[in-house]
Amino acid sequence: MSAIRIQQLYKAYDGTAVVDGVDLEIAPGEFFGLLGPNGAGKTTTLRMLLGMTPIDGGQVEVLGLPMPEGERAVRERLGIVPQFDTLDPDFTVIENMRTYAAYFGLAGPEVESRIDRLLGQVNLNDKRSARIDALSGGMKRRLTLARALINEPEVVVLDEPTTGLDPQARHHLWRQLRALRASGVTLVLTTHYMEEAQELCDRIAIIDHGRIIACDAPSRLIAEHIEPWVLTVGGVNAGEVLQRELGAKDRAHQVADTWLVYTAEPERLRERLRALGHEPTLRDADLEDVFLKLTGHELRD
Amino acid sequence: MAKPAMPLLPRPSLRFVAVWRRNLLVWRKLIVPSMLGNFGEPILYLLAFGYGFGSLVGDLDGMRYMVFIASGIICSSAMFTASFEGMYSAYTRMAEQNTWLGMLATPLTLDDIVFAEASWAATKGLISAITILIVASVLGLVADARALLALPVIFLAAFTFGALALVITALARSYDFFLYYFTLAVTPMLLLSGVFFPLTELPGWVQGLALALPLAHVLEIVRPLMTGAWPTAWLPHLAVIAAYGGSAIVLATYLIRRRLLR
Repeated sequence: MSAIRIQQLYKAYDGTAVVDGVDLEIAPGEFFGLLGPNGAGKTTTLRMLLGMTPIDGGQVEVLGLPMPEGERAVRERLGIVPQFDTLDPDFTVIENMRTYAAYFGLAGPEVESRIDRLLGQVNLNDKRSARIDALSGGMKRRLTLARALINEPEVVVLDEPTTGLDPQARHHLWRQLRALRASGVTLVLTTHYMEEAQELCDRIAIIDHGRIIACDAPSRLIAEHIEPWVLTVGGVNAGEVLQRELGAKDRAHQVADTWLVYTAEPERLRERLRALGHEPTLRDADLEDVFLKLTGHELRD
Repeated sequence: MAKPAMPLLPRPSLRFVAVWRRNLLVWRKLIVPSMLGNFGEPILYLLAFGYGFGSLVGDLDGMRYMVFIASGIICSSAMFTASFEGMYSAYTRMAEQNTWLGMLATPLTLDDIVFAEASWAATKGLISAITILIVASVLGLVADARALLALPVIFLAAFTFGALALVITALARSYDFFLYYFTLAVTPMLLLSGVFFPLTELPGWVQGLALALPLAHVLEIVRPLMTGAWPTAWLPHLAVIAAYGGSAIVLATYLIRRRLLR
């Protein structure tokens, strides 16, 4: 049985489709990433998964239960880390944990020791009595994660959990997520950080204009969708040089005053550029290159 | 493609108690200033209106003005307390603090949350009524133990005013929006429902208007109970209050669902 099964999911706002026929199957224990530009339909898809947005068409099954009919039963077994802070500012850290546990109908000594363990895991034990507005952004995120684990969920859904965090806090969160993955929890993540998705996820779906345009393991997405090398060259005349020297199968793309050349055979071009006084750099193609190729370079807002 | 219809009637579960309890715990943190307000304000009203105004007015409906107005203040205070809770406080939790969104990540549904908020507004209305009842008893303004029967009626009334306030909250885009409701509904009810003077002093059409709104019906039951009499026609009065409350909770749930779960 799949942890999550989505078939022909459809959602429209004011006649405009924002999720337009999404099919997705996520296996138990999988770490799954959902990537896409702003407005691509990621959050709407997640919200339908969680029963927080009415489904206009198609089917959603979470842990074998149909949504939205099964929303109560599903959310009892789900952990949710929302994009925006929903911690309760009227309570301290420990009160937030207890109140949230009560929403699941959980209370008593067993829950108290679970709270202790979770606060320890996210390094917040010495902040138990702190007010929420006294926490840093990273602490709030960690508390949100600890809170989402209060019901020992089988599936954890994280909507842009690391947005706005400094690198230290992000790496700390990554460790937590890897530990969850290792303990057999199914994870679904949306993010704008490609290296995060590449680092963490077993499988990634890239979604744009409400449709899934690619879905595979990160390494296979890179292997299938893009040339293996990226040559970066800046400075005046680079464009002219490339126009003359570009190989038949190479692709060049300008970002600001830098050119990116996607290629399978970088050596000849690199030598030519060097001979003409340029300083090209060579790197492996990564998920961000795939993402930009598939969703385009235009600004979305 | 088939679009599943939104359920028309809310189906709250017993889980709503957890939300109600959350509000109780927050309130408990501020219990001193809150209770001070609960006790202080009605005492001021009773003294100012009762002594100040009462000496000019003399007896009303065969009772001292202080006695008359005590039952008025208990009802209007419950209305104001529940309305404030259902608007300013609930709106803060809905729109400013995302408290409800946090709850929706748990097995709680919006039906539970809205029902809990109305119940909490009712609880606060009841707390204010109890404190005023204590003050009024100490001042000798309550006839007999029948006054205790007023409390469940006031609880139902406060639920109704809380649910009505939640309808307004569902439509509000900012705190300023609540002034419309206060100016167009709460204040007219306060002035026309028999809180400060008997309804019968008003022209017939104004009486009709007052009886179309819930507060006058609350007073028709509570005033006799507090002054040592049995209310006449209590069932129709109760039915009007309950009808307002029932319709308001259905409408509030529908509107808040449409607002948050789109």
